[in-house]
Amino acid sequence: MAAHARTLRTYLLLLLFVALRAFGNLALAWGTKRFPQTLSIHPAPYLQAMLDPFAALGIAMLIFSLFARMALFSVADLSFVLPVTAVGYVLAALLGKFFLAEPVSPERWLGTALIFAGAALVGSTPRNTTAGAENLK
Amino acid sequence: MKWALLSLMIAATAASDLLQSHAMKREGDVTAGARGLTRLLKLIAARRDLILSIALLAFSFFAFMALVQAQPLSFAVPASAGSFIVETILAKLVLKEHIGARRVAGTLLVLAGVILVAR
Repeated sequence: MAAHARTLRTYLLLLLFVALRAFGNLALAWGTKRFPQTLSIHPAPYLQAMLDPFAALGIAMLIFSLFARMALFSVADLSFVLPVTAVGYVLAALLGKFFLAEPVSPERWLGTALIFAGAALVGSTPRNTTAGAENLK
Repeated sequence: MKWALLSLMIAATAASDLLQSHAMKREGDVTAGARGLTRLLKLIAARRDLILSIALLAFSFFAFMALVQAQPLSFAVPASAGSFIVETILAKLVLKEHIGARRVAGTLLVLAGVILVAR
């Protein structure tokens, strides 16, 4: 397969993973925060919390994000995937602020900017260093 | 309590990701469409290491659920990213990935960002 097609596939899977995970986490947080009981080591409250429609939607999206991430591991290094997918944390901060009205301090905004810069830098490195030369970017 | 949950979650996530990365690289490219999903589900059913990795991820997920209920999402999600520092080191040592200067610099920038976000 041509290198550019592999690169395109990698970024398509990245986009899919980041979107599913961020919106899945948002729905899960929304659902669990409405649940009155505190979650700890006991399994029963977890199962009850999962019956909330938002929590269930969040879990479904997170399961599909897991599949997207596994597919991503088939085309890119673990040490590439981890920092690059960190752009999802920027999206999480934005979603937390706008949908859950969570406070985001200037320090946190600076942190999310650093995460974004670091992810972009790692994104400029070869995505697969353990396969043959045809897999290199 | 929040740090204990976070530590458990990071250990389980790191073990899960190492297993998944190792297994998926060996199986070759998986596409983003329905055919890719079908192939992926067959792989999961056939490989014990992938099943174990999902079990570890489920454990980490329940720890995350407890964390996200008590803490702001904008803390819980970035703090859990601490796992990728451990994982980057293990990727080099265990998976033999080539981690050059740019990747190290980018990963350190992300780490700095995570520390700021988690304060």
